[in-house]
Amino acid sequence: MAEQIYFEDIEVGHEIRELEKDPTTQQLVKYAGASGDFYQIHYDKDFALANKLPGVILHGALKNAFLGQLVTDFAGPLGWLKRLAVQYRGMDVPGVKLFCRGRVVKKYVEHADHLVDCEIWIENAKGEKTTPGSATVLLPSRAR
Amino acid sequence: MANQVVNDAVRAQIGTETAPRTYDVERGAIRRFAEAIGDPNPVFNDEPLARESRFGGMIAPPTFCRSLGRDLPEVKLDLAEFHVLDGGSEWEYFKPIRPGDRITTVSKIADIRENAGRLGPMVFIVVEHRYTNQHDQLCVLQRMTIIRY
Repeated sequence: MAEQIYFEDIEVGHEIRELEKDPTTQQLVKYAGASGDFYQIHYDKDFALANKLPGVILHGALKNAFLGQLVTDFAGPLGWLKRLAVQYRGMDVPGVKLFCRGRVVKKYVEHADHLVDCEIWIENAKGEKTTPGSATVLLPSRAR
Repeated sequence: MANQVVNDAVRAQIGTETAPRTYDVERGAIRRFAEAIGDPNPVFNDEPLARESRFGGMIAPPTFCRSLGRDLPEVKLDLAEFHVLDGGSEWEYFKPIRPGDRITTVSKIADIRENAGRLGPMVFIVVEHRYTNQHDQLCVLQRMTIIRY
């Protein structure tokens, strides 16, 4: 199993380990099949161009899933993702690397649950945050 | 500025729900979903390793519910020609979804509001999807924002 981070290991400002993604057109087809989202702008270039797009673009939901991976990796096998929110602000295209990042903005105990709130986002190589979001993660405590 | 599209008649659609639909969650579908994301986390891929996690076995990744067919409630708007954008989602997680679960989905129009955009009125529709398991436990609540303009 992956290593586990504990509530006591975290301070506000803690940076979540970056997750790099290099989405390809093949990944978009796999995601279309796995998710059942067959909107043609994600795999049919002619269709995408006819819809005034630069070419096929990533599913917003795939970027949501990338951020889900970022925060469940952070939570570890003993943590629990309580809340995940994402906004699709900018388009991303296959063949361009994406960097999923985040940092802890709040740390607190609520109903005996050890929680951290995180600001999360996806940015491209130009540093543009195309997909901002937030998450609340329950972490195990060493105190128990 | 007064709303151009979202009037009382449009807002009367808030609260409309779809008929429930039920799906079987297959282990293979969870693995294929994780593979499509490129997520090798054993919790989503490997039953023996996942037994060491807090869940005691494999569970579905956070956005797996996207793959469960959901009926989107129809929203009638007086927009001659419109474009549709997925604006994003907010998810709340209460119980893990596991292989073998039977998940029932119900979708509700939670809100309809309007903002003035550069290209004219933009209508923001919030659809709430509830995912409930065979034990009648609410597992996941998703609030999805659909933008029409």
